[in-house]
Amino acid sequence: MTAAANAKMRAASAKKIRQFITPEGVDLELKIAGSGLRFGALLVDLILIQLALLLFWLAVLWIGVASRSDVTEAIWMLGAFLLRTFWFIGFELGSRAATPGKRLMGIRVVARDGGRLTADAVVARNLIRELEIFLPLMMLGVGVAEDAVSGWLMLAGVLWSLTLSLFLLFNRDRMRMGDLIAGTWVVMAQRVKLDADIATDAAGEAIAFTETELAVYGIFELQELERVLRGRDPRAMREVADAIRAKIGRAIAEEDDVFLLSYYRQLKARLERKLLFGKRREDKYASD
Amino acid sequence: MIPPAAPARALDAPSFSTGRFRAEREADWVAFDLLLTRLEKKGAAALTSDELLQLPLLYRATLSSLSIARATSLDKALLDHLEALSIRGYFLVYGVRESRWNRVRRFFLYDWPAAVRSVWKETLIISLIILLGALTSYSLVSSNPEWYFNFVDEEMAGGRDPRATAEFLQSTLGHGKAAAASKGESGLHVFATYLFTHNSQVSILSFALGFAFGVPTMMLEYYQGIGLGAMMAVFSAKGLGYDFGGWLFIHGTTELFAAALSGAAGLRIGTAVVFPGARGRLQAAADAGRTAGKVMVGVILMLFTAGLLEGFGRQLITDTTLRYAIGSLMLLFWLAYYYIPRREDVT
Repeated sequence: MTAAANAKMRAASAKKIRQFITPEGVDLELKIAGSGLRFGALLVDLILIQLALLLFWLAVLWIGVASRSDVTEAIWMLGAFLLRTFWFIGFELGSRAATPGKRLMGIRVVARDGGRLTADAVVARNLIRELEIFLPLMMLGVGVAEDAVSGWLMLAGVLWSLTLSLFLLFNRDRMRMGDLIAGTWVVMAQRVKLDADIATDAAGEAIAFTETELAVYGIFELQELERVLRGRDPRAMREVADAIRAKIGRAIAEEDDVFLLSYYRQLKARLERKLLFGKRREDKYASD
Repeated sequence: MIPPAAPARALDAPSFSTGRFRAEREADWVAFDLLLTRLEKKGAAALTSDELLQLPLLYRATLSSLSIARATSLDKALLDHLEALSIRGYFLVYGVRESRWNRVRRFFLYDWPAAVRSVWKETLIISLIILLGALTSYSLVSSNPEWYFNFVDEEMAGGRDPRATAEFLQSTLGHGKAAAASKGESGLHVFATYLFTHNSQVSILSFALGFAFGVPTMMLEYYQGIGLGAMMAVFSAKGLGYDFGGWLFIHGTTELFAAALSGAAGLRIGTAVVFPGARGRLQAAADAGRTAGKVMVGVILMLFTAGLLEGFGRQLITDTTLRYAIGSLMLLFWLAYYYIPRREDVT
């Protein structure tokens, strides 16, 4: 990886971060959820709705056969309508502001202005969905139903409606039409478990590295090293340990995990000390 | 001389270290995490008053930890955890302000009528458009009945076209013996439900189309008026205008009002996008969207009422005068509910 590639990666991840300042003055740095996650969440929700409808249908059928009345038909139509329209609204009004699909993907809905997510915003963003999903389907349906409509005209109609449905691909904030109208964002909100502090591990003192040996890496490399250490995959550790040894010119003398842990701990201490003095070295290409 | 290694060793253990920072604060983060998990699962009722008082304190402690960690720590796992915890905490601490019941109460007492009142201009415009559509097709069909087939789908009409006899038309209005015989009362609720779901979907569409500068919304509403006017012309040509009016009036006041409101909600968004005024275009659209969202919940409720009136009321009540009376009563009710001024909600 080159310096330019590193800088590009940082710029790309910074592009997804939105300032979101709490009343206490802390920027929460929300990350906009990617389109893949959004689509995945929608798929999960649609599948769950279909499953619920199926169960509901079986229940209604059973009641219908048992009671021999056609009230069940009305219950079915009403229930299906309510489920389809209020599945999203009902879940997003909850305290986690996410449907089951969104929860699974670790994303949630927030108000763009930093305020409270209001019920009317949730209603607006979800009623627009009706249009986004069903307009392309409707266009297809009309085209199939009426032979008079030429294939090209149908294609144009579907394309036109798709530009509305796929609106979220064309803007930086990944807002679909509903988000635009309701003033909302969909952002990352997954839970992160608090992992143990590996820098306080007793094995970290085994080897002492010199200042020049520690001066070769920056924060990016430190955090990659942390990822490898937390991953505990021996093959990856061996690879990384070999790379570091080659870079600082040390012979293989210790176990990989002991070596890496000591190196991590001392590199972290060094970089954090520099950080306290206002020097943030992003990666190994930056000047020390 | 001082040995060169000594100062380096001393610097390794400064009075501030991220290890010590974490050791001191970690208990707070864990406590906050547990509290949030319980709050998410069971709601505020599950917490004791002591824990509720703890909540904002722990939240602020976590936020302050996040700020310090960002400035001093390079432990990615720690930073990620604190960030996720703060985000979760922020939306729970600032998000829940009133109970669901209070929310519903406020919606019916203040928010719904206020939202409808605020789109009165758009409502007026859409009503005029529907009226215009009705007048257009009425005059066209009256002068030349052939026009009817351009406006109304053959299947939708179900035989109610200019070629039909007066008796047949009368029977479709629920008068005469033929109607009573052919239509048992058992299918009514199915019919009502069908009408409700169908009309709701049309209204949602009419609202959702609003963002395209409101043009498709206006076209849809104009088209609704056209169908209405064409039917009217057919019935009045056979001298059934008064009866048809009653047949339509009993639920039509509610349903057409709802249709006009859904169009108005769409138009509000369309105009906000075209003429954002002093605000940014996005902000204007978001503001309009929130008002329109409230109106739309109301519209669905109105259509539910209309479905009941149409499915049950119209089939069971066949007296034209009574139909007119119920229709007018409903109209008066809606007008009073929406437009009679009241004290603003202060909470």
